Amino acid sequence: MTTNAKKARELLAVGTQAPEFTLHSTPDQQVSLSDFKGTPVVLVFYPADWSPVCGDQVALYNEMLDEFAEANAQLIGISVDGVWCHLAFAKNGNLHFPLLADFEPKGDVSKQYGAFHDELGESSRALFVLDAAGVIRWTHLSPDGVNPGAAGILKALDALTPEQRDSASAGKAS
Amino acid sequence: MSADDGRTLALPASAKDHAQGPAAARVTLVEYGDYECPYCGNAYSIVKQLQAEMGKELRFIFRNFPLRQAHEHAQHTAIAAELVGAKSEKDFWAMHDTLYENQRALDDDDLARYAKTLGVTSAELAAAYEGGPAAARVRADFRSGVRSGVNGTPTFFVNGERYDDKWTDVPTFVAALRAAATAHA
Repeated sequence: MTTNAKKARELLAVGTQAPEFTLHSTPDQQVSLSDFKGTPVVLVFYPADWSPVCGDQVALYNEMLDEFAEANAQLIGISVDGVWCHLAFAKNGNLHFPLLADFEPKGDVSKQYGAFHDELGESSRALFVLDAAGVIRWTHLSPDGVNPGAAGILKALDALTPEQRDSASAGKAS
Repeated sequence: MSADDGRTLALPASAKDHAQGPAAARVTLVEYGDYECPYCGNAYSIVKQLQAEMGKELRFIFRNFPLRQAHEHAQHTAIAAELVGAKSEKDFWAMHDTLYENQRALDDDDLARYAKTLGVTSAELAAAYEGGPAAARVRADFRSGVRSGVNGTPTFFVNGERYDDKWTDVPTFVAALRAAATAHA
């Protein structure tokens, strides 16, 4: 294993407004971050569909949708894989949350979040917890090949104040 | 290692756990596992080797971490073991061993057959799959695992700290357990 941090960028800092994006989740559907305004969002950047660690990591989060729902949080996966690859991966793993294709221009969104590994041309294994107003409240960058688990995410969601968690208090007209 | 690093057992080992070995053992090994997971099937025999090596120095605890979306029998196997275990700790381990020794035969009919030999009827099993204390315990195990930094199955904790070395390497694992025993002494 070579030094993974060398060509990795700095993750966007806690307190930053998360940059808006729109990416394909399926060939004919797009998802925008602003679709989830009013609820906390867990953004999971990961290097690639199908690689064993990602499989484990994504499978773990997929099992935890009840926990994320209890925290009123939406889970979103992002990698540079294309939509067809995501579709097959989601079907294979019985995944029930959106996987977005940061495919064209390649890694554009990952780069905006500082979650792109230039040398590998893949998203880094980076986690962001955004509050209901879209402000970054927690980040984590894992070394290559290390599955970060979910304890940190849950802790970050626990730490959100009622205002940061609640759509009504965030002023969303729904 | 602090409790904040996401790899420390969030729910300490207790008398409520399914355990083999003395409660006063200097080393407690906790496994979060899934009965259908092939890696856990491999870990099953590894744990037996660790127990043989460590003898009374080791207490082994098993908690459920069913990956329900990945393994179709994960949830029912876990509930079946807990239902049997609610009646008798000895039978829990009998069921546990049976499941890991028959990983290719884990459908509901198979489970009913295994459970019957341990005094649990298929009607009781069917009811437990729908909910109740056994299912609640499985879910509670899963949640404590997630909070503890379980990131796949199996995940092991040695005296409360996640074991991140290769668990398939028995000599290294034994050495880690012995080191934990010494540190505890």
